[in-house]
Amino acid sequence: MSVLQLRGVSKTYGQEPANVHALGGVDLSVQAGEMVAVMGPSGSGKSTLLTIAGSLEEPTSGDVLVCGMALAGMPRGRKARLRRRVIGYVFQDFNLLPGLTAVENVALPLELDGVAVPKARAAGLVALEALGVADRAGRFPDQLSGGERQRVAIARAVVGDRRLLLADEPSGALDSVHAEEVMRLLHEACARGVAAVVVTHDAQLAAWADRVVFLRDGQVTGRTTRPPGPESLLTPGEIR
Amino acid sequence: MSIPHVLLALLAEGPKYGLQLREEFEAGTGEVWPLNVGQVYKTLGRLERDGLAESDGTGPDGPQKRFRITPRGEQALASWLRTPPDLTSPPRDELVMKVLVAARVPGTDAHEVIQAHRMYLVELMQQWTRLKEGEARDDLGLALVVDAELFRLDAVTRWLDAADTRLRRAAAEPSRPASVPAPVPQLRRLGARR
Repeated sequence: MSVLQLRGVSKTYGQEPANVHALGGVDLSVQAGEMVAVMGPSGSGKSTLLTIAGSLEEPTSGDVLVCGMALAGMPRGRKARLRRRVIGYVFQDFNLLPGLTAVENVALPLELDGVAVPKARAAGLVALEALGVADRAGRFPDQLSGGERQRVAIARAVVGDRRLLLADEPSGALDSVHAEEVMRLLHEACARGVAAVVVTHDAQLAAWADRVVFLRDGQVTGRTTRPPGPESLLTPGEIR
Repeated sequence: MSIPHVLLALLAEGPKYGLQLREEFEAGTGEVWPLNVGQVYKTLGRLERDGLAESDGTGPDGPQKRFRITPRGEQALASWLRTPPDLTSPPRDELVMKVLVAARVPGTDAHEVIQAHRMYLVELMQQWTRLKEGEARDDLGLALVVDAELFRLDAVTRWLDAADTRLRRAAAEPSRPASVPAPVPQLRRLGARR
């Protein structure tokens, strides 16, 4: 089942003649358990695609469906509920609230959704546990390392019963080995049935995805398919 | 790839038989680089001839013969480890050639050519990443080999991105046409490696 579907999505900013076409007729479908990377240079429209997929912005034309529900015409309150319950976001700069501990940050979306505090905190701890940072639950963001902050941010994005994870350059400024850990964690979330869209300009991060969509000037310029297994890489000719 | 020096490195851990060396070589490189046993004995013969390794007996090379590194071999190994490979001249890269040529051939969209190569590289990187997710997780040698390959492919995709942007910029500036210098003479001047 498609958790996210974009059908002919276009986005234009500004008025003629000074308007900017950020996206032009993009089609994208992401299934449960699948990770799709959207790759492109700066200004290619990838962040716009993500904000539209996350219902933070409306397309100029085209349809966006999350878990089969069309966002167009959806009342604001219902859309906000969908954002809190179904969609999780991972940002480049973590976006953790500095005045809250790790577990409070993770539990916050549930509390905002009306879940009782003890129940929300318990779910927050479960999410932190899954990401290996339960022992940091009581620490504030400035008491955590970069890698730990990003784990907490991912825990916040998947807490509860989120179905769709949207990540914008999720490894931030982490070095390549830590960035790999972040992708591994997102991959594990997908293995648990979450659908993920990862926006990045980094081919090494995009390579973690099941499929890669290339964007340039708001248009899809190519798509990879699910890659074959790595067996073929292990049987090259003998070296000399 | 210097097989003699890798074999010397394995012998530096202690005396070993030829078959053992082949197994350890393959395991240490994540089995990405298979090695023929005949190649192992041929190389060991050369190391012995050059005084870098020595064996138990004087008979023909075979599974019964055990090899050890000599002090000269240890010196050669230490020197090889610290000597950078020759990277002074650029390799004659087929992909670079294709992009340079695509930019000159009338009616050819160089960006489309670049995208085709970019997609192939990313697909290849996806395959290497699957390896990293699986077998390389608990195999340090393989993880290092996979990293090296991913960084190499990543560098090529970055070059393609830069080439794409440069060609677009050049095309947008009519005073500076998007022509590029003739590739072959330029690379010859630089003394390209093959």
